[in-house]
Amino acid sequence: MEMMVEPVKVTAGAAVIGPQQARPKIVADKVNVFYGDKHALKDVCVEIPERGVMAFIGPSGCGKSTFLRCINRMNDTIPSARVTGKILIDGLDIYDSSLDVVQLRARVGMVFQKPNPFPKSVYENVAYGPRIHGMARNKTEIDEIVVTSLQRAGLFNEVKDRLNDSGTSLSGGQQQRLCIARAIAVSPEIILMDEPCSALDPIATARIEELIDEIRTNYTIIIVTHSMQQAARVSQRTAFFHLGSLVEEGSTATIFTNPTDKRTLDYITGRFG
Amino acid sequence: MSTHLTTAFDEELRDLSSRLAEMGGIAERLVAESTDALVKRDTALAQKVIAADAAVDAIQHEIEEKAILTIARRQPMAVDLREIVSALRIANDLERVGDLAKNTAKRVLALDGEYHAQKQLRGVKHMADMVLQQLKEVLDAYGARDVNRAVAVWKSDGEIDSMYNSLFREFLTYMMEDPRHITMCTHLLFAAKNIERIGDHATNIAETIYYLVKGEMLLEERPKSDLTSTTKVSLATKQ
Repeated sequence: MEMMVEPVKVTAGAAVIGPQQARPKIVADKVNVFYGDKHALKDVCVEIPERGVMAFIGPSGCGKSTFLRCINRMNDTIPSARVTGKILIDGLDIYDSSLDVVQLRARVGMVFQKPNPFPKSVYENVAYGPRIHGMARNKTEIDEIVVTSLQRAGLFNEVKDRLNDSGTSLSGGQQQRLCIARAIAVSPEIILMDEPCSALDPIATARIEELIDEIRTNYTIIIVTHSMQQAARVSQRTAFFHLGSLVEEGSTATIFTNPTDKRTLDYITGRFG
Repeated sequence: MSTHLTTAFDEELRDLSSRLAEMGGIAERLVAESTDALVKRDTALAQKVIAADAAVDAIQHEIEEKAILTIARRQPMAVDLREIVSALRIANDLERVGDLAKNTAKRVLALDGEYHAQKQLRGVKHMADMVLQQLKEVLDAYGARDVNRAVAVWKSDGEIDSMYNSLFREFLTYMMEDPRHITMCTHLLFAAKNIERIGDHATNIAETIYYLVKGEMLLEERPKSDLTSTTKVSLATKQ
């Protein structure tokens, strides 16, 4: 099979398809992950629709973060990790040897549990990605990207007079929105969020959830969360993982009101032994 | 169903369920006693029913408060959420059942001294027995979380509607035959309507049980046969 190394221009595709149609953006086919001898993820098959939020839930160690990290090949950074099976983004296998991982990670952004801004200014935190990816020709274009990204992340008004202050001087919630702005700045198609609110207070959490709801029409968002209420609030689809397997995937409304699998029911109702 | 990690949550749900069972028992008794009071013209029993309705109202308030508190505290999901929503709904239905029994009891007081029409009362009594059976059956179905029994109740409400239709016609005839019967017949007609409404609440409860167990609404169209709202009597043909 001939590989396309260049990222697919999603805006062109979107114009043809229209924002309403949910075609699978990501297709996982029998994905297995091993950490040394440990079989961490077992035969995960799932289709993740374009433009919308999918939540991964499950008890600690169930494989949800492991699977999330497969989608931008973050597991590559762990020497003992081995991934088998296929993950297709827009039909292209991201584990193909000819694929440029740096390009992939520009398309698939990530936001982590703890806000991790670079120890640089607010401005530089956002400008860094577009600059190294050569997305702007001059200072004016970079400025524009920084402002739009901060605006989209709902942070611009709060930091517009502090763009040269250090990113780490912001509050926890602001730092996390800065990380989202940084992820958005390189125009990704997919944003992976690994428990993005677990270090935030309820108000900062509500702001992030509001932000997720606003940007979901433009991005495919996958969020790992330990808060079932959060999954119920922000996602349209939910996948439940247990002991390395994907137990059940479906519309969020169904998963939280009338799930099919007994293990899902036990978990969401707090009956897990 | 296995237990929750937080045992206090299980206790809260059990408590809701047992308060509801208690409420159901009282509601059943009120229906039986109000009918007895009507048939026997027992004003003392009627007074007792009127007073006892307050207990039903009190339990309804208690269930409502407990349910709201549990929702706020536990953020229940799936079957737990349905359990609580169902308790709220059933408590509402039972509260209405209590009100209807009380209304029938009040009419017993109003009928005091009026002509005692044994024959007409037999029909009302028969209908009340059927409704009481429905109510018992649906409350048992709730206790056992038995969808099949609930659906059986739901389906047989049509018979009660048919009985009410024929009673309605019968009473109209009496009233036309002798205007002195009008006061009594009107009260009996309202009493019969109360009883028919209690049957409707039993079917509501059946629908709630279906939702509780299955997680989806019972969407079939229930066979309805209460035609009295559209029944008219032509005086010309009666002369």
